[in-house]
Amino acid sequence: MAGVNTKVQEVFNEPGCDKNQAKGAKERKKGCTKQLTPGAAAGGCAFDGAKIALQPITDVAHIVHGPIACEGNSWDNRGAKSSGSMLYRTGFTTDINETDVVYGGEKRLYKAIREVIEKYDPPAVFVYQTCVTGLIGDEIEAVCKAAKEKFGKPIIPVNAPGFVGSKNLGNKLAGEALLDYVIGTEEPETTTPCDINIIGEYNLAGEMWQIKPLLDHLGIRVLACISGDARYHEVASSHRARAAMMVCSKAMINVTRKMEERYGIPFFEGSFYGISDTSDALRQIARLLVQRGAPEDLLSRTEILIHREETRAWERLSKYRKRLAGKRVLLITGGVKSWSVVSALQEVGIEIVGTSIKKSTAEDKQRVKELMGEEAHMFEDLAPREMYKMLKESQADIMLSGGRSQFVALKAKMPWLDINQERHHAYAGYEGMVTLVEEIDKALYNPIWKQVRKTAPWESEAHPLSLEAMRTGRE
Amino acid sequence: MAIVTTSKKFCSVNPLKMSQPIGGALAFLGIANCMPVLHGSQGCTAFGLVLFVRHFREAIPLQTTAMNEVTTIMGGRDNIEQALLNIYKRAKPEIVGLCTTGLTETKGEDIHGDLKLIRERNPELAELPIVFVDTPDFKDAFQDGWAKAVTRIVEELVEKTEETIPGQVNLLPGSHLTSADLEEIVETIEAFGLTPIVLPDLSGSLDGHIPEQFSPTTIGGTTVEQIHSMGGSLATIAVGQQMESAALELEMRTGVPYTLFDRLTGLDANDRFLMFLSGLSGKPVPLKYRRQRSQLADAMLDAHFYTGGKKIAIGAEPDLMWSVGTLLADMGCEITAAITTTHSPQLEKMPCEEVVIGDLEDLEMRAKGCDLLLTHAHGRQASERLGIPLLRIGIPCFDRLGAAHKLTVGYRGTRDFIFEVANLFLEHTHEGTPDSWPLPEKYDDPVTQTTAA
Repeated sequence: MAGVNTKVQEVFNEPGCDKNQAKGAKERKKGCTKQLTPGAAAGGCAFDGAKIALQPITDVAHIVHGPIACEGNSWDNRGAKSSGSMLYRTGFTTDINETDVVYGGEKRLYKAIREVIEKYDPPAVFVYQTCVTGLIGDEIEAVCKAAKEKFGKPIIPVNAPGFVGSKNLGNKLAGEALLDYVIGTEEPETTTPCDINIIGEYNLAGEMWQIKPLLDHLGIRVLACISGDARYHEVASSHRARAAMMVCSKAMINVTRKMEERYGIPFFEGSFYGISDTSDALRQIARLLVQRGAPEDLLSRTEILIHREETRAWERLSKYRKRLAGKRVLLITGGVKSWSVVSALQEVGIEIVGTSIKKSTAEDKQRVKELMGEEAHMFEDLAPREMYKMLKESQADIMLSGGRSQFVALKAKMPWLDINQERHHAYAGYEGMVTLVEEIDKALYNPIWKQVRKTAPWESEAHPLSLEAMRTGRE
Repeated sequence: MAIVTTSKKFCSVNPLKMSQPIGGALAFLGIANCMPVLHGSQGCTAFGLVLFVRHFREAIPLQTTAMNEVTTIMGGRDNIEQALLNIYKRAKPEIVGLCTTGLTETKGEDIHGDLKLIRERNPELAELPIVFVDTPDFKDAFQDGWAKAVTRIVEELVEKTEETIPGQVNLLPGSHLTSADLEEIVETIEAFGLTPIVLPDLSGSLDGHIPEQFSPTTIGGTTVEQIHSMGGSLATIAVGQQMESAALELEMRTGVPYTLFDRLTGLDANDRFLMFLSGLSGKPVPLKYRRQRSQLADAMLDAHFYTGGKKIAIGAEPDLMWSVGTLLADMGCEITAAITTTHSPQLEKMPCEEVVIGDLEDLEMRAKGCDLLLTHAHGRQASERLGIPLLRIGIPCFDRLGAAHKLTVGYRGTRDFIFEVANLFLEHTHEGTPDSWPLPEKYDDPVTQTTAA
């Protein structure tokens, strides 16, 4: 476990994270995650975070070393899409039993790796540590090393057992595994001056495919997306990219920054949520690539594409403006999505009555303030009861959140839209913004709301039904 | 009669099994105003929560003691205490169900002693019923966790009484029964003038209704008061082999005799059930069931053309596999693959050659050439690869609506389930083409040769 703890401290010390740098040495050691409150905690563990970050690599086998709960209760439940191999959706686990707990599970793990390689022959195997196997002292690094030597394939240990912390920490530890064992271990077949990495994008609901046509049009090649719809080889050879975009705020900052440090790949932080954010991201990509030697005309071609796509998106959105103007949204989500979605929704006249900032950085909060004004409701931690009250009292017309709070809205008989990782719609880029607005419109204007909010007629005393009226159809 | 084997693999591929603690938690979700808690890392709870939310499409109250590396090694008493105090303060439950996990069981804790101490230290918790269950993830499976939780609830909360409450019966349903199943069974029991107490009662909490007010705990289910009174019932009806231990515990504590129904799907099973209720209540079987029985018999007649000789592959927990598998065998289907999650006395009785305690890879390998797959929603990948239709049974069912309202018990439930299965066979009938029935390329029979010449 010493290895994990060192890594955790290293991740907590991330110099690329300005929030972290503002802290004192002692505070920094405690880490960037709030202490969890027993009996009042929500959210996934570090293992969950590691799996979220790496499982989108589609052609490798992801083996979970632990008891059945870790994989059996959760496999194939995420929305990262693949354009090729479906192996990533196969659930592999050592499903350890009592004997393994007593005698150790290393041998079982080794044999499990062998079985998977014999049966599925993936280009690489990722092995995830969990709490129980961590606690009994199984050294997954040693097992992976032995298996790598024996089978001649990369076997990557991902040491992020659930009990070391939150999902966010798990994202970062997953990034460390990529830095230590994957990135820079292979070479791309060819390189171009327009190769980029997109880091922290998981291709949920296929969002990467809303962006890729834009990049293709500009002749920009995504050398590796880390990790949405990625092949192992792409991630392994991603160190040859000319520039990088960091998408999901701080989740993979360690990967992005260390790739700059090790391989000189400059990066910027951007978002593909919202029209102006998408345009900004494209501009930044072009700017960085030109700085690194891509042809100058990339800049002007990018501007032309932005102009065309923005115009096309606004044309498609214009019909919603009237229908959505003044509609009030309660936006409950983590981190980066808050401010970028806020600006996007405001673009069509939607009013944001409140947003959560639980996972946001100080910088994120400042941006929300700039967008929503000083009187904006920013909730550090909005209890479900409060959410329900706000909706029941119609302080908002619709809630956008993750699946967990879905039923708070629906039970209050209020429209709700999924914007989290299990969502079925893709909301990235210009296309995605149009979809998001369409979905909000569909939710708000569905005819069910009038019906489900009506109390049963026998419960309302105001208009006693008369049989005569019913017969004659004049109720 | 089947030979029961355990998959010899080192790596489970595409798990069929879910863990014991969340089986226990689901049992607690059938108790009114309850807050189930998993004593483990917060991920243990998060995974279970997401699984149930996606299956039931309901808010799921489920908390965690949020153990970390240090507290695991030092012992979790403080975390349990804090969790209980926070839950008591925020959610005001009438009962808390505490399931251990692999994490805390690996360390080994004296929860019983810890709870005693916590109650002493915090007088506000003194009266709060707290039922804890040992449910390590690395042993047994989902239905075992459910069964253990119900047994523990009986141990902790059922009181022995001298007086019998007229007409009251206990119903202990297995985890394989849905809200709709429970409603059907309850309606049947009530038709004989009896009043059932269902433990646990998911049809009260997770049947997908809209409560008047927000509640951070369960929004229905068996009340603690009802559980207290179960010792005064006339009889206990246990449905599913998994419930026998809880029924036995109840009988030993209170003297209420139990009768086990291994399944309530199928003609014979329901005949037996109605005769039992008739005997218990002293009332004749109501007319409507005579009609329903006749409808079921007619459905069997109509469907047998399509079900007879069909090969099915089934992957489910023991009691669900038993009810669905034996019904389909009763309809003339051949069970070519039977995969399950954990041991049960029912496994050897299965009407097939082999039952494997394994995973969905084992099912997929054996299902080639079958006509129908029956398993939970995770069977969708195998179904696609094999080109065999999938009928979703059990938990989780995350890609179809209405899982809680799927009815497979009673005459009506059996009837509709038979129709559903037969319709799938009908839909996937292989029709003949001009090339379907070729003659052999060459006759090796000399007589025929001569005649031809």
